[in-house]
Amino acid sequence: MGLNEKPLSTLHEKSSFNLEDFDVPSGREESWRFTPLSRLKGLHKGTAAAGHITVTVDAAPEVTVETVGRDDARLGQSFAPADRVSAQAWNSFEKATVITVPREAVASKPTVVTLTGSGEGAAFGHLLIKVEPMAEAVIVLEHVGSAVYADNVEFVVGDGATLKVISLQDWNDDAVHVSQHHAQIAKDATFKSFVVTLGGDLVRLSPSVTYTAPGGDADLSGVYFVDAGQHLEHRLLVDHSQPTCKSNVDYRGALQGQDAHAVWIGDVIIRVEAEGTDTYELNRNLILTDGARADSVPNLEILTGEVAGAGHASASGRLDDEHLFYLQARGIPYDEAKRLVIRGFLGQLIEKIELDELRERVFAKVEAELAR
Amino acid sequence: MSTLEIRDLHVAVEDKQILRGVDLTVRAGETHAIMGPNGSGKSTLAYAIAGHPKYTITGGSVLLDGEDLLEMSVDERARAGLFLAMQYPVEVPGISVSNFLRSAVTSVRGEAPKLREFAKDLKAGMDALSIDPAFAQRNLNEGFSGGEKKRHEILQLELLKPKIAVLDETDSGLDVDALRVVSEGINRFRGTGDTGVLLITHYTRILRYVKPDFVHVFAGGRIVEEGGPELAEKLEAEGYAAYTKDAA
Ligand SMILES: Nc1ncnc2c1ncn2[C@@H]1O[C@H](COP(=O)(O)OP(=O)(O)OP(=O)(O)O)[C@@H](O)[C@H]1O
Ligand SMILES: [Mg+2]
Repeated sequence: MGLNEKPLSTLHEKSSFNLEDFDVPSGREESWRFTPLSRLKGLHKGTAAAGHITVTVDAAPEVTVETVGRDDARLGQSFAPADRVSAQAWNSFEKATVITVPREAVASKPTVVTLTGSGEGAAFGHLLIKVEPMAEAVIVLEHVGSAVYADNVEFVVGDGATLKVISLQDWNDDAVHVSQHHAQIAKDATFKSFVVTLGGDLVRLSPSVTYTAPGGDADLSGVYFVDAGQHLEHRLLVDHSQPTCKSNVDYRGALQGQDAHAVWIGDVIIRVEAEGTDTYELNRNLILTDGARADSVPNLEILTGEVAGAGHASASGRLDDEHLFYLQARGIPYDEAKRLVIRGFLGQLIEKIELDELRERVFAKVEAELAR
Repeated sequence: MSTLEIRDLHVAVEDKQILRGVDLTVRAGETHAIMGPNGSGKSTLAYAIAGHPKYTITGGSVLLDGEDLLEMSVDERARAGLFLAMQYPVEVPGISVSNFLRSAVTSVRGEAPKLREFAKDLKAGMDALSIDPAFAQRNLNEGFSGGEKKRHEILQLELLKPKIAVLDETDSGLDVDALRVVSEGINRFRGTGDTGVLLITHYTRILRYVKPDFVHVFAGGRIVEEGGPELAEKLEAEGYAAYTKDAA
C-alpha cells in the first residue's frame, strides 16, 4: 500500500468526468503532495486565462486524422479523469484530434503530432489515437513552445494491434503542462510508450494503462533531464485486471542544479482476476549536483496469488567516481567524461527505440540538453 | 626521452598510511618489474600516480619529464603521457567500446582521428590481440571476462601510445595463449624504445615474455630490495618471508 492512504485498487473509484467531483487540490492530497501548486498558473483552480495551442499532424498515408467537437461519441470511452486537472481539461477543451489507424493497416511512417504553445494563458486539449485490430502504427507527440496546457490523451489499442508512441516534452523553460495519457489495451495487443521530458517549468505527466482482455503487453519507458528550478513529475499507473498480461516500466532521469526536482510514482495493481501477470517497474535517478532532489515511489499491490512475475526497484544516486576515473585515466576531460556517463545511463533506455531516425533524434535532444 | 621520477612518495587511504617513502625512476627504454605480497601497496602506488581520488598524497613527488604530475588532474596526467592498465578495469554501462576509444584517442592526440583511419587502427589493434571485432559495439568492460578486460587494457595502451605505462597485474587471470598475446602487445609498445614500463606482477611467467631490466621488491609500502631479472626467480622460489619480517 506504500504511502497511499487507500489501497491503489480503489483509486479509480474517484474517477469522474464531472469537475465538481474533485475538490481544488490543496497540496495535502497524496496525489498532489509533490506538485508545487503555486506554479500551475491556475490550471488546478480553473482560474487560468484563455490561451491557445496549435495542433498540427503530419500523418502516415494509411491513417485518418479528424478534428472533432466535444460531442463526438468516440471520446472518453477508454478512461475517466482521475484528478482535478484532467477533469478540467475534459470539461474545457473545444476541439479534439482523432487519429485512426484502420483495421490491419500498417502505417508506413511515423505520424507526428506537433503541439505548439504560443505564450501565456491556459489551453486545454484532447487527443484520441485509435488503432484498430491487427493494425500497427508509430505516433510521435511533440510539445514545443511556451504554454500552460492541460490535456487528456487516449490510446485505444485493438485486438492484436501494435502502437508505439514517443512523447517529447521539449517545451520552453516557462511552460506548464499537466497531462493524462491513458492506454487501453485489448486482446494480445502491444503498447510501447517512450516519454522524453526535457523542457518546461513544471511538467506533470500521468501515463496509465488498463487491459480489456488477456495477452496485452505494455512497455513504458521514459527519460528526463531536470535542470535548475524545473519540476518534472511522472506518475505511472498500470492496472492489471485481466489474466496473463505483461507490463514493464523503466524510467530514468538525471538532475542538475539548484531546486531541480524529479518525481516518479509507479503504481502497479494486480487484481484478483489478473492471474499470470508479469510486471516489473524500475526508476533510477542520477543526481549530478547538490540542491537537486528526486522523489521516487514505487507501489506494487498484489491481490492474486498467481503471478508470473512481479517486481519493482528504485535507486537514486550520484555519478560513480570509478566510472569517471576510468574515462579520465584515458585522457578524457572531466566534463566530457561526465557527459559520456550520463549519456550512457540514459542511452541504455534510448537504445530501445527501434526506428533509427527517431532514436537518433532523441539522442540528439538529450545531447543538446547535456551540452547546455 | 621520457622519465618518470617518484621521490619519497607517501600515500594514505582513508587516514591509513599505505605508502611509506617510495623512490623509483623509470626511463624510456626501461622495463621495471614490481613484485610483492598482497596488500603491500602496489596498486596504491599505481592509482596514486594516476590520480585516483581515493588516495591522498601525504608526501613526496612524482615528476614526468620534470613536470609535477601530482598537480595535474587525472585526465591531464593521461594526456601528459601516463597510462595505467588497471588490475580491475571498471565496467561502464551504456558507453560502447568504439565510442570510448575514439573519445580517448581524440583527447590524447588533441584532435579527432579520421574516421576511416581510426577504424583501420582499431581493427588492426583488435586483430593483433585476438579480440573479437564484435567487442567494439559492446558496452565498456561490461560482462567482459577477466582475461578479455586485460586484453582490452592493452588495446588501449597500443592505441593511446603513452610515454610511460604502469601495468597493474595485467597478467593475472590470463590463460597461456592470452598471456602470450598480451605480452606481445606490451613488447610492441616497448619496441619503439622511447617508452618506459612499470610492470606490477606476482608471477615470473610474464617476465619470461616481457624481460625486465630491473626487479623491485615491494613490502610494507616501500621498495625493500632491487636487482636484475634473477631477483624474480629467487622470489618465486623463496617467497617474501624475508622481506615481510623486515618490514614489520
Ligand atoms: N579504501 C580503502 N580503505 C582502507 N584500506 C584500503 C583501501 N584501499 C586499499 N586499502 C588497503 O591498502 C593496502 C594496500 O592495498 P593495495 O591494493 O595497494 O595492495 P596490492 O599490493 O596491490 O595487493 P594485491 O597484490 O592483492 O593486488 C591494503 O592493506 C588494503 O587493504
Ligand atoms: Mg594490487
